[in-house]
Amino acid sequence: MNVKNKSVLITGASRGLGRALALKFAAAGARVALVARDPEPLEQTVAEIRKQGGVAFAVTGDVGEKQAVYPILGQAAELAGPIDVLINNASTLGAVPLRSLLDTDCETFEHALAINTIGPFRLTKAVLGSMLVRGQGLVVNISSDAAVEAYPNWGVYSASKAALDHLTRVWAAELAGSGLQIISVDPGEMNTKMHADAIPDADVRTLADPDDVAARILKLVEGGRYEVRQLAASQSA
Amino acid sequence: MKSASWPRANPLEERLLVITPAAKQGRYIDAQIKDLGDILRAGDLLIVNDAATLPASLVAGDIELRLVGHEADGSWRAVLFGKGDWRTPTEQRLPPRRLRVGDHLVIASAFHAVVEEVAHASPRLVRVRFTLSEAEVLAAFYRYGHMIQYSYLTRELNNWSTQTSYSSRPWAVEMPSAGRPLSAGLLLALRRKGMELASLTHAAGISSTGLDSLDRLLPLRERFDIPQRTVDAIAAARARGGRIIAVGTSVVRALEGCAENHQGRLVAGVGETELIIGGKIHSQPNRLPIADGLLSGMHEATESHYQLLQAFAPAPVLAESIRMANELGYVMHEFGDSCLIISRGE
Repeated sequence: MNVKNKSVLITGASRGLGRALALKFAAAGARVALVARDPEPLEQTVAEIRKQGGVAFAVTGDVGEKQAVYPILGQAAELAGPIDVLINNASTLGAVPLRSLLDTDCETFEHALAINTIGPFRLTKAVLGSMLVRGQGLVVNISSDAAVEAYPNWGVYSASKAALDHLTRVWAAELAGSGLQIISVDPGEMNTKMHADAIPDADVRTLADPDDVAARILKLVEGGRYEVRQLAASQSA
Repeated sequence: MKSASWPRANPLEERLLVITPAAKQGRYIDAQIKDLGDILRAGDLLIVNDAATLPASLVAGDIELRLVGHEADGSWRAVLFGKGDWRTPTEQRLPPRRLRVGDHLVIASAFHAVVEEVAHASPRLVRVRFTLSEAEVLAAFYRYGHMIQYSYLTRELNNWSTQTSYSSRPWAVEMPSAGRPLSAGLLLALRRKGMELASLTHAAGISSTGLDSLDRLLPLRERFDIPQRTVDAIAAARARGGRIIAVGTSVVRALEGCAENHQGRLVAGVGETELIIGGKIHSQPNRLPIADGLLSGMHEATESHYQLLQAFAPAPVLAESIRMANELGYVMHEFGDSCLIISRGE
């Protein structure tokens, strides 16, 4: 898909991979609607994109809240245009420091599911119909290798991303032949605040730069030939 | 006919009266929404209004503003109501205090509506400008606004219960409700059976003000946007002999308004229309409607909506359809049952 003049909605866009995706897609000519809870860093990203000649809009909202879904989508569609690409990037680790499932509060798990799984489900459900009547659309769910590997202490995040991966597979099966695409992308380990929160003593030299990963995801989207689950880590893209 | 007090749990099981006026004395089939795939044919084109519904009811002290339409200069037209809540039918609501140009209506401390014009037709119809930028106004509508409610419903509507499955830009102040029962799964199934889908955006306005003199002016001027893809899809459907089915009167109004603005031709892009459609398309009496059929909610014969249906079926056929719907136990209004009039290409 050529993203020039396409309307692209990116959640969790105020920092890390979301911010990098916003900058890359905008630089490629997309009209980006950026979503996050905190307006200040979001506005900074929007200002940076506009300074570079891009088209970006800030939409403040919490993807974990059901009643925030239509306000987010309505504002995004009005400002950037009917949505062509939805990137479900916002996510939470749950509690940090990470802890075992044995010591995990029920509320922490529920919150992680609300942000990482149910939020993307609601946004996707609410946007696919409009893509269907317009004959095209792409949903990208940002996943993790934790969705397939059982790392101790990552249980809440792992389970929520595994559920998101499987939602993606089922959705892809249901949408086969419709002209709509839904994929899951594992970005690999990146030098982000989330990674530092999870593994504070990680050697950052071994981590990918979110800008490089965002560039690979853009290339993948523009390539137009999708598999349901893809890797964006440097060794595989 | 009774009003639906809440939609059925499964929209696919809502009832659908299929009306074919061209058949001798009209033909009527009692069906369900889920039967659409068998009623329509491969090659038919279904056109929907993808306008999302705004929370268009704003409360400023003792006055409720219901947004009616967005003006090109950034101001908004609104109808005013006095004290009372949604459980009171609009015609029984108290009138608002009389406003003057320059009055401020305080919705929230930093969110005011300033009256710029009071209509000659009624002091309850005003044009206001909000004290925020365009992008901020939209966010404020979502933060402070409520969905326009219907007194005959048993529960209060929220922003999930007032959207179609394909809603996009929030241009409508009330849900384009003809498409409400069309689940995304049903639309996908129709696509798989060879029916085509296309969309336009039409700023569906307010359905009732509770005041006869104002209701007679409805629908007011409304804006629309027809994508090139939809113009092309209509031409392609015509070329292959497929029927064009409008989902809702707002789709008919957008198509006919566009054609009216361009000497009978459909031209992609944004426009506005004040067209009132009745038994014929005004100003071009010999031109047939662009759509060959109309999927619509069930409504009483007295409503303006019903006048538009007469562009698709003669009054006696419509009267018989209402009699039958009554007899069969259909329910009406925004959350009720539907009819599909196929006026050409039987």
